[in-house]
Amino acid sequence: MGAKYFGAAVRRVEDPRYLRGEARYVDDIKLPGMVHAAFLRSPHAHARITRIDTTRAAAMPGVARVFTFADLARFMKPLPLFGAPPPGLAARVSFTMRQTTQYGLCKDVARYVGEIVAMAVADSRYRAEDAVDAIEVGWEPLPAVVDMVTASEPGSPLMYADWPDNVAVGFTHAIGDADAAFTAADVVVRERFRVQRYVGMPIEPRGVVATYERRDGTLTTWNSTQVAHWVQQGLAAALEMPPHKIRVIAPDVGGGFGTKAAGYAEDALIPIAAIVLGRPVKWAEDRREHMMAAAHARHQVHDIALAARRDGTILAVRDRVWLDVGAYNSWGIVLPYNTVAHLLGPYRIRNLHVAFKAVVTNKTPNAPYRGAGRPEAVFAMDRAVDCLARRMGLDPAEIRRRNYLRGDELPWDLGMPYRDGNPLVYDSGDFRAGLEAALRAARYDEFRRAQPALRERGIYRGIGLSGYVEGTAIGPYESASVRLDLAGRVVVVTGACSSGQGHETSFAQVAADVLSVPLEWVTVIGGDTSAVPFGVGTFASRSAVTAGSSIHDAATALREKIIRAAATLLEAAPADIAIEDGRVLVRGAPASAVPLARVVQASIPTFAGPGVASPDFEATAYHHVPTVTWASAVHVAQVEVDPETGVVALLAYLVAHDCGKVINPPIVDGQVHGGVAQGVGGALYEEMVYDEGGQLLTGSLMDYLLPTAMELPPIETVHLEHPSARNPLGIKGVGEGGAISPPAAIANAIEDALAPLGVRITETPVTPARLLALIGAKKTA
Amino acid sequence: MKPAPFEYHDPRSIDEAVALLARHGADAKVLAGGQSLIPLLAFRLARPAVIVDINRIPGLDYVRNEHEGLAIGALARQRQLERWALDGSPFLCTALRHVGHAAIRTRGTIAGSIAHADPAAELPALLLCLDGSVMARSSSGQREIPARELFVSHLTTAVRADELITEVRLPGLPDGAGWGFLEVARRHGDFALVGVAAVVALRNGRIAQARVALFGCGAAPVRATPAEQALAGQAPTRGTFAAAAREAAGTLTPDADLHASAEYRRSVAHTLMVRALAAASERARGPG
Amino acid sequence: MTHRTVRLHVNGREYERTVEVRKTLADLLREDLDLTGTHLGCEHGVCGACTVLLDGAPARACLMLAVQADGARLLTVEGLADGERLHPLQEAFWTHHGLQCGYCTPGILLTAKAFLDEHPRPTRAEIREMLAGNPSVAAPAISSSSMRS
Repeated sequence: MGAKYFGAAVRRVEDPRYLRGEARYVDDIKLPGMVHAAFLRSPHAHARITRIDTTRAAAMPGVARVFTFADLARFMKPLPLFGAPPPGLAARVSFTMRQTTQYGLCKDVARYVGEIVAMAVADSRYRAEDAVDAIEVGWEPLPAVVDMVTASEPGSPLMYADWPDNVAVGFTHAIGDADAAFTAADVVVRERFRVQRYVGMPIEPRGVVATYERRDGTLTTWNSTQVAHWVQQGLAAALEMPPHKIRVIAPDVGGGFGTKAAGYAEDALIPIAAIVLGRPVKWAEDRREHMMAAAHARHQVHDIALAARRDGTILAVRDRVWLDVGAYNSWGIVLPYNTVAHLLGPYRIRNLHVAFKAVVTNKTPNAPYRGAGRPEAVFAMDRAVDCLARRMGLDPAEIRRRNYLRGDELPWDLGMPYRDGNPLVYDSGDFRAGLEAALRAARYDEFRRAQPALRERGIYRGIGLSGYVEGTAIGPYESASVRLDLAGRVVVVTGACSSGQGHETSFAQVAADVLSVPLEWVTVIGGDTSAVPFGVGTFASRSAVTAGSSIHDAATALREKIIRAAATLLEAAPADIAIEDGRVLVRGAPASAVPLARVVQASIPTFAGPGVASPDFEATAYHHVPTVTWASAVHVAQVEVDPETGVVALLAYLVAHDCGKVINPPIVDGQVHGGVAQGVGGALYEEMVYDEGGQLLTGSLMDYLLPTAMELPPIETVHLEHPSARNPLGIKGVGEGGAISPPAAIANAIEDALAPLGVRITETPVTPARLLALIGAKKTA
Repeated sequence: MKPAPFEYHDPRSIDEAVALLARHGADAKVLAGGQSLIPLLAFRLARPAVIVDINRIPGLDYVRNEHEGLAIGALARQRQLERWALDGSPFLCTALRHVGHAAIRTRGTIAGSIAHADPAAELPALLLCLDGSVMARSSSGQREIPARELFVSHLTTAVRADELITEVRLPGLPDGAGWGFLEVARRHGDFALVGVAAVVALRNGRIAQARVALFGCGAAPVRATPAEQALAGQAPTRGTFAAAAREAAGTLTPDADLHASAEYRRSVAHTLMVRALAAASERARGPG
Repeated sequence: MTHRTVRLHVNGREYERTVEVRKTLADLLREDLDLTGTHLGCEHGVCGACTVLLDGAPARACLMLAVQADGARLLTVEGLADGERLHPLQEAFWTHHGLQCGYCTPGILLTAKAFLDEHPRPTRAEIREMLAGNPSVAAPAISSSSMRS
């Protein structure tokens, strides 16, 4: 196999349909007789339903039916729950974990603004919304639980009467001896950092279309999801149907970011409505629904302390963490343990003590979003390291230089399990070299030299660093089948679902190289449960590694089948058969070459007899990855701050990163850029805000601010390739990394810019108002 | 996010439009550019029984020199004025560039933005700064409402429910006067957290006249009248501007919201006012 | 009076449809004309995914009623390419990886087309300002691609 396409900047094969407006997203699907659903959602953070009357709504023009919990009781099964600790982790860390059941429709108590109370179905979305307006509900408001820290303390109102407190996941975790290290330390810094609630906000909202065929008992549903097979499993359980009768299709998906990897009530409610009504039903989430009911994310508080020696060596980390998971703890230990597992990052630290409380509140449920617990860990850690550097009079680059792990120290065993229960061992990389590469590319020293003169002219510029080491591509597997058609063209099917990141191109590059066929011969199909029986989905920076490896394995097995058939056809030993550019030939005999199609056709039985081989030109693989592989990066942000208005301008942004071998460089750059854009949003703009009563105040994109091209600086990327040995392609995940470091790097840069004033940034987003208040406090102090 | 049902009218004349407004009063909403109204309909935050769409009324999309300034018809789009202002009126151009994005300005009207009276919007402040006015028609007649009387409160003007703004009158800058227009917004194109429009005319090296309109600092845009009076006759120095800005900022009663505190708005109003006055006097060409 | 008949030109074709007066132009294009390349991302004018050219100028199709487009000439993303041949902007976005999930892309392409019609030789700052009306995770790629081309 030659690497003709792997590593090449080929144009994406999926692009023409996107560019022509011919892509098909869920809301573009139109079926004969289709009706439209809209939802009545709780306007209260916490309230008991005393009465629901749908009579008036059901009688409105065009309305097919209005459903409440009572109407659909026989279908109401608990929504899926995730995140129980795997055995290898449970053996080492003792978790207190409580999860409660959420139903598709609210049964008696609504626990967040946006929770679904009733569903109206009508001949247009307009009329379905009219019906929703006409549903009458009696509410008895209950005390709202809002602030995560106070909610975790005794005396807080309880979310669930049968829980002793509001802690959904509680644990402590330690490596080494943090107490001893703190006692022995020369310097200790401590600070409380807050990371706000901010979200993935795909520009395509969620959506579901479902149609049920009574004649053969099959359900087909199109879902804007990253996890078609999970949706299928959820439906199989909810509807008590065998999985093969349920086809879930994730068509073109307009961004996922983790938001579309959660299990949602609507996934089941729309199919249920289609079954009950005997008509196709569509629900296209609108932006208002998305703001209040699609999963929220982030939202942690860290009380972190670092212990260091006089020479800047960091000896130990102590951290108390709160995480606001919202009303339902559907993700268990996933986010809490992700945060803990990524706290130490690139630093050479042997002592850690963490106490973690994930707390339920009357807010929209929280779920993993691009980074999933890592940006919060990195914000706390890299802010604390800058505080330490400032205290010790060291440059932030220098303190990192002294503490970052070098390539010769890897593999590095943290002495604790990863979230999958396997030992947490950094497999490859050179974090110190990555730091130096980033500093060089960002001209860090030059910036530092120019900074004092600028300050004298009243220009406050700063530079900030942040680095992370990221467990990517969690297993256990992804599925792939690779097969030939009668013309010798290649079809690849996989359980991985694209949400726009270019699977059809990257995966075709892998398959085309293994099979030695032109790239345009390969068609990649993802996100269709009828194409492959088992699958996992796309999240956790996993698809290139897990699906890519399975495609590699399946294509390799298929290549063997082709070679065996060709050997018979060409009357040569298999070892002498080569495949070149879609043709098979006997090595050294170019005249023997025949197209792949000829091998397939010669294998099909005829009346004259069986073919040269079985025409079984198909292979399936479920490549099992041993554990995650560790990507890493150093981000450098440059900012200018107007100290009189608190406005921050991002001047430049650089990412030096290692994601192992790169399949398609522009696609990887695009992943990094998109992640950085979302990270910039987290650093400076985006926040889901609730008031003390649990009302969501950011209900539109006029209030929740996404950064645009004007707010984004030029982003430069430096690729450092440290191949992973944990998969056959040497690759690591890259989907999330870009979003991890920007809040820390940008906050560090702002603090650096304002160093003469001694301002300390402890929370994001760093808005002009917050920053000016900090500056004002320093000036009056 | 689909609008609730309404009755739709698209009158072909001003008379027909004001007759509809007279008939339906507060139940009717005028639809011009729609860039503020249609989102409100989509969120069902506004549920007017009647929409009076004035876009089909011929002859209202003008921008012309008149009354020593500009007369702007009710259907003149923001983009249209921006183009018109490209050569010759950088003050207008700068203010308009802060209004949303190009696709919003294609449809959004000058009169509509003024009628909507968002206290953080640019165009009401511009009108106030230039001592402009609007012409309001009803079935019982026409009146001119000066900007100083127009902006009553948050999203509220002195235009009655049975009246239609038919024209916006925007006087030009005094001869040789300079201008400053500055705002701080969370992002480019957003409504301002705080903004300042300032005009300064100089005579013999001193301030002959100064005008300052502040927006995003209260329930409606405000003129800093006492500060303007205090500036007259003073030398255009940083110190003079700072004193005037202190005076003006002290009288503001800004609101706190998601994006900024009242203290922030007051403080930045001061900063921006100094800078806008400095920019305006820099641009002014005083005789002598 | 709940319905009206509208006639409009879209991508060079004439259409006549009877629609509810409260229906938005975006919904008319998508549901009644099957032109689903105009996407709904926010329905309040912020995300720009529904941007179309209305008599040559970019406008949010979610912020217009369908009845208001009676008699208008519209260009949607489906009308950009010349049959099999992509529009040069589409080619450039393809070559420079100026899109990812493609959801915002139609609105960005149309905004860019109107912009280039007016500014044939734009500066980088002007390009960024133009793009700011369409928040997208692909935005950095587009603005840097534009710098390279």
